Amino acid sequence: MSRRYLTIWFRHLTTDQLAIRKPELKGEPFVLAAAERGRMVVKACSAAATEKGIEAGMVLADARALIPSLEVLDDHPLRGEKLLRALAEWSLRYTPIAAVDLPDGLILDISGCAHLWGGEEPYLKDILSKLRKPGYEVRAAIADTIGASWAISRFGQNSPVIGPGAHIDALQALPPAALRLEAPVLDRLQKLGLYQIRSFINMPQRVLRRRFGQDLLNRLDQALGLVSEPIIPIQAIVPYQESLPSLEPIRTATGIEIALRKLLEIICQRLFREGKGMRKAVFKGYRIDGKLQQIAIGTNEPVRNIGHLFKLFELKIATIAPGLGIDLFVLEAPVVEELSIQQESLWAASNQEHLAIAGLLDRIAGRFGANAIHRYLPDQHHWPERSIREAKSLQEKPAIAWPEDQPRPLCLLPRPERIQVTSPIPDYPPMLFIYKGIVHKIRKADGPERIEREWWIEQGLVRDYYRVEDEQGARYWVFRSGHYHDDEPEWFIHGFFA
Amino acid sequence: MEEAANKSEIIEKLKKEMLLMQGFSAVLDHERPDIGLGPMEKAFPNHIFPTAAVHEFVSAHAAAAAATTGFMAGLISHLMKTEGTCLWVGTGRQLFPPGLKAFGISPDRMIFIDLQRERDVLWAIEEGLKCSALTAVVAELKEISLTESRRLQLAVERSRVTGFLHRCNAKKTNHIASVSRWEISPIVSHLEAGVPGVGDPRWNVELQKIRNGKPGSWQLEWSAGRFTHLTTTATESTFIQQTG
Repeated sequence: MSRRYLTIWFRHLTTDQLAIRKPELKGEPFVLAAAERGRMVVKACSAAATEKGIEAGMVLADARALIPSLEVLDDHPLRGEKLLRALAEWSLRYTPIAAVDLPDGLILDISGCAHLWGGEEPYLKDILSKLRKPGYEVRAAIADTIGASWAISRFGQNSPVIGPGAHIDALQALPPAALRLEAPVLDRLQKLGLYQIRSFINMPQRVLRRRFGQDLLNRLDQALGLVSEPIIPIQAIVPYQESLPSLEPIRTATGIEIALRKLLEIICQRLFREGKGMRKAVFKGYRIDGKLQQIAIGTNEPVRNIGHLFKLFELKIATIAPGLGIDLFVLEAPVVEELSIQQESLWAASNQEHLAIAGLLDRIAGRFGANAIHRYLPDQHHWPERSIREAKSLQEKPAIAWPEDQPRPLCLLPRPERIQVTSPIPDYPPMLFIYKGIVHKIRKADGPERIEREWWIEQGLVRDYYRVEDEQGARYWVFRSGHYHDDEPEWFIHGFFA
Repeated sequence: MEEAANKSEIIEKLKKEMLLMQGFSAVLDHERPDIGLGPMEKAFPNHIFPTAAVHEFVSAHAAAAAATTGFMAGLISHLMKTEGTCLWVGTGRQLFPPGLKAFGISPDRMIFIDLQRERDVLWAIEEGLKCSALTAVVAELKEISLTESRRLQLAVERSRVTGFLHRCNAKKTNHIASVSRWEISPIVSHLEAGVPGVGDPRWNVELQKIRNGKPGSWQLEWSAGRFTHLTTTATESTFIQQTG
């Protein structure tokens, strides 16, 4: 299938947007100016100002001479790019591949999209009317190549839709500037009297290269479709994506749920055919005021069960603000994994139970985020804080046995806390310690268990752990940091035994 | 004489019927969950530790909380056997998973849900208690109202999951819809005379409330993977009775 491209040209991009935001500027001549080399230079001018002969690049004083009442606003260098990016995002409702064409255009790859709107003519008309309605002055064209559609949108006189293969003819009558050439090359062409593309399109390549450089040939090839031209879409293409446009804007939760269920059905059927399940899913709603509403879910293992996925989304549907209504729903599955029917079950529990637990964890992760869920496996470290690591998945089993040889407390403080102790002789457990202002007299003690701070991971003092019991019977895990030396060693409490 | 025997028989029967109506089904001997509490089980309705119910534990300070956690871990290890899964919900969790090993639980079978806010905990407990694939749900929280606890009770009645609510440092210990209320405090451990070190964990287990049962107080020791009863007058020469 041949590719089709749509290029949109905003003739007065930034000034149009300002006029939309400030209706009092509409129809007025005004310019955006910025300081350049010590003087103010016009960066963009409104349609009314253009009519009076003002153009971008003019010194502001000259423009003021033409129109004394000229309104001057400050220009922001990134204003245009930001706006184009937003417009490109808006145009994602027409095609999944949209790119920004600086400084004032958009490029859409519309291959296979136009038939959804009943052909290219109505498709183009729909886009243009939606853009023109708020007040953008736009021109657009559809052709087989980016170069040709760019040329037609800027310089075309006739129909903006160039049928497949017809772009070569359409280019003939256009001026060389339609090929996106550098100014010196254009000057040289002008001097030689080559006012139209047809005057040099059939010249031998080496002649053109010698006189005008390789750039002209590249641009010509791009316009004719002899070499492909890459575009950078503003959004990476998600292979698992389904969209559902709605005739009327949807504003109710019920409507959103119906749309979600329909999309889930389509995507899950496809996943079933391919033996896969999704790990992440994003549900997007494009509002008619151009805002994007989205909710995302993640699962602990690949899922393609509609009911389960719907339940996960259901928790978040309330966060969608439909505003004036949503006219396009998109469901994406950015992360998809293989799903085998006989999946390894969780700790020898039956498969049914395993699914139930996975479902429960998905609901919890959907509500509080996946980092709320933890499962731990033993790690080969003696240092207490490093002796456990997080399991990567529900199925992961401990690679080594849980250590049982040394006593470990049931409750561990997030970080050891300082205590004051009285200890009789070096390397003996303390007689008493003060923790949070309460004196604990120690009656029984066990230890020390020396744990080295693994030097290949971090530097620091060793810990001598003691298990102690006070006169009430409460059991604590305390340690002395470092060896006994001249100065007083520090003591810490690190945990509680049952 | 015969009449009196008849009477007591009738009373027994009526009591059983009452229990049935209250949701305690008579359990056959082989279905009796082995909870290892020994003589203490006489305190429970039908002399069976109530599973599929919500138990409430209160503790006042960190050391008591650790003791309570230990006692709960002992109960859960009996409930989980070898293949159960347990959910541990709470905010600011201090539980150190390797410590569970001493209580017969493989720490990797415990799933921890660490949340930021107390009210999220309630939602997570309820979801957990509704999931019949779990063996038990442990929740550490401070405040819970009667209405909220009723919701949990309804959830366990359907799913048959056992819930443990551990209220540590609660500002007010209000009445909640739970089958029991326990208070566990650590007591001095015992070792043979002259042996240095710290002995096995010992607790004073106070069953303050039990629906259709008899509250009481016991002293237990956890040793060699099971509960051991101590006679209530625990002296230096303690008489130990092995159970379980």
